[in-house]
Amino acid sequence: MAVVKLQRPKLNFGEKIYFGALIKGFFLTMSHAVKSLRGKSVGAETLASSGLGVTMQFPEQRWDSHLPEYYRGAPALVTDEQGRERCVSCQLCEFICPPKAIKIKPSEIPSDDPWAKVEKRPLEFDIDMIRCIYCGMCEEVCPEQAIYLRKDYLITGLKRADMVHDKKRLYEIGGVRVGLVNKWNELK
Amino acid sequence: MSDTPSATAELILPKDLAAGKGMVNVQIDDIWHQFPKGTRMIEACRQAEITVPHYCYHPKLSSPGNCRMCLVQMGMPPRPAPGQEPQRDENGYEIIGWMPRPVIACANTVGENMGIRTTGDLVEKCREGVMEFLLINHPLDCPICDQAGECRLQEQSVQHGRGVSRFVDMKVKKPKNVDIGPRIRLDDERCIMCSRCIRFMDEVASDPVLGFTQRGTHTTLTVHPGRLLDSNYSLNTADICPVGALTSNDFRFQMRVWFLKETPSIDVNCGTGTNITLWARGNKLHRITPRLNDEVNSAWMPDSHRLNFHYIDSAARLTEPLSRSVGVSPTSFSPTPWPTAIAQSAAKIQSIPAAQTAIIASGRMTNEELFLTHTLAAEIGTRLLSLVPRSGEADKLLVAADRNPNTTGAKLILGSENPYSGLAFIRDGVRDGSIKSLIVLGEDIITDAGFTADDLGKLDFLLQTSVLANPTAEHAHLVLPSAAFAEKRGSMVNLSGRLQRLNRAVELPGQAHDDWEILRDLILAISGGKNEVHHIEDVFKALAENVPAFNGLTLSKIGHQGTQIADTGYQIPLLANERARKAAGLING
Repeated sequence: MAVVKLQRPKLNFGEKIYFGALIKGFFLTMSHAVKSLRGKSVGAETLASSGLGVTMQFPEQRWDSHLPEYYRGAPALVTDEQGRERCVSCQLCEFICPPKAIKIKPSEIPSDDPWAKVEKRPLEFDIDMIRCIYCGMCEEVCPEQAIYLRKDYLITGLKRADMVHDKKRLYEIGGVRVGLVNKWNELK
Repeated sequence: MSDTPSATAELILPKDLAAGKGMVNVQIDDIWHQFPKGTRMIEACRQAEITVPHYCYHPKLSSPGNCRMCLVQMGMPPRPAPGQEPQRDENGYEIIGWMPRPVIACANTVGENMGIRTTGDLVEKCREGVMEFLLINHPLDCPICDQAGECRLQEQSVQHGRGVSRFVDMKVKKPKNVDIGPRIRLDDERCIMCSRCIRFMDEVASDPVLGFTQRGTHTTLTVHPGRLLDSNYSLNTADICPVGALTSNDFRFQMRVWFLKETPSIDVNCGTGTNITLWARGNKLHRITPRLNDEVNSAWMPDSHRLNFHYIDSAARLTEPLSRSVGVSPTSFSPTPWPTAIAQSAAKIQSIPAAQTAIIASGRMTNEELFLTHTLAAEIGTRLLSLVPRSGEADKLLVAADRNPNTTGAKLILGSENPYSGLAFIRDGVRDGSIKSLIVLGEDIITDAGFTADDLGKLDFLLQTSVLANPTAEHAHLVLPSAAFAEKRGSMVNLSGRLQRLNRAVELPGQAHDDWEILRDLILAISGGKNEVHHIEDVFKALAENVPAFNGLTLSKIGHQGTQIADTGYQIPLLANERARKAAGLING
């Protein structure tokens, strides 16, 4: 690699004693303070501020409508447009999960079920949200597009057990996703 | 050229060197090796540590050569014109003329001065082509397929497959989830027609119920009409199936294989001592598969033995020492701490004269445990020590009539020709009241040894160690929980005199103790000595010093394939079949 030699800037006396810069900074801070008191902070509008600066008064005020498309919140299971649970309990997410938050117990789909040909589904699917680090590896590894990181970020509980999302809860959060996986449909 | 003939005449050619040993020279990927005449090319490559991908080839089965995955490039020296000397390189090997078309490595044998190329454009193209054809109709089942993670098709797709399919037509549909037998499930769409299962059932299990019907892409594996794949060896077909076409009902959807930890061990259901691999995740054993040992079980095992492990974490499992509350009806047991239980047992044993004490041990105990039992009997001073015989019907393959795995070990350690002989005497002794104290180690003597509840009621003291709750334990004064076969280390000697090792795959449940620890504690409590035995290795060391057959051995010296320590003359029938087929050149072995 080429070495670039930088020339140190030559400072004049005023800059060397840096007192001027302190004054400058002080005025800048004060101007922002005045702006925020007048409710005219930069970005106050877009960030839905409480009126005092850009600070949002959580939990009365929420940022939910501002969440970007790519926001990664709690992982959840989804069903497809026909109401089939997409997860086939291949346990790849359990395997890849860095903090080992996922625990799956697979089971066979009984032969009288309309989706009997899928053969396999989770009997239990637990994600321990105390352990989850929201890395999204489970979503990335899923071969059936069954697990997604949704926008839920407010995961609280009074007990450790409250923080474990079971299969029912995961489907509540996840909802329905359409498209992408057609291999179990009649079309195949 | 004038000095060349004389130079070669003086030089001993490599082909003559090899021929003297009954070998041939083969060049594999530019390196010369020597192999015995008649070796299959694929075996030669394996010995040279070069993997040739294959599906249908199995060293223990015949080679029909129908998967075409093992295609390699072959070359032989060109035949010289009349009067022409063969051309040789500086080492005396003839120059190889490479053939333009590939050959299958599984069904061709090596020849003198042969060349094999397992890499290169031709071979790579062949493999890619074969893989593409195999994957044309293969379903996208990997997420629900039990074979995923140990599937040859998956492995070789990574190396030789295309990323995307070029196939635009509809895939051929075949029966899925077919119930072809009590223990095996068939998925025909996944089948790649390697015919390993068909050959296994025909050649090894001698129950040819499987076969192909239809032709071309519609070829379907089926079971003979009116028959089921219900042989006691049917689960071996799931082991050798390179894809997920045949899967085990017992293991189906239980756990993905990449979570499982493998532990080499041996089977304890009969005297054959089949070598097995225990597959466990965490503290749960999920499946058992046979482990290759050409001196014991080849690559196979019976289903009845393979599936007999679910009791290990059943509800009947004993997890803490129990002592029977005296004078309470109906009988009730209360948990007791180990030191108390051992001290109570020792006190009781010492309070009853040695002549009225007997020990019933088990042929399922390891050598180490039997040795300590022998020591315990000597410590108590009783000569009444017997094992409980357990026999069943022998099949003509791997299941032995003697269903105790360590009869030979018991004979060597207890120094008796028939370690079961004393049982009737002990039973009579208990009945007529001359035996007042009975120590039962790992056996259920009501179910297996002809004792009745009334007999046991006459005893002043009955101590039992057991894995599971059982009828005998109901009458015991003290029940000590011990270790199941997958939870302990130790060694056993099979019927043909081979010393083999058990290994621990899962931890003991609750407060259960290893059998040898229970025996050691009992011996120490009775003798009042200082403990000098801290590891199972110490027990084996004492055993090796005291029993001539074990002299000079340690647990680690036994090795995963076992060590022959006695000549009993017992022949495992399956091995005799296999050796005959190998001698006839049908298999590679």
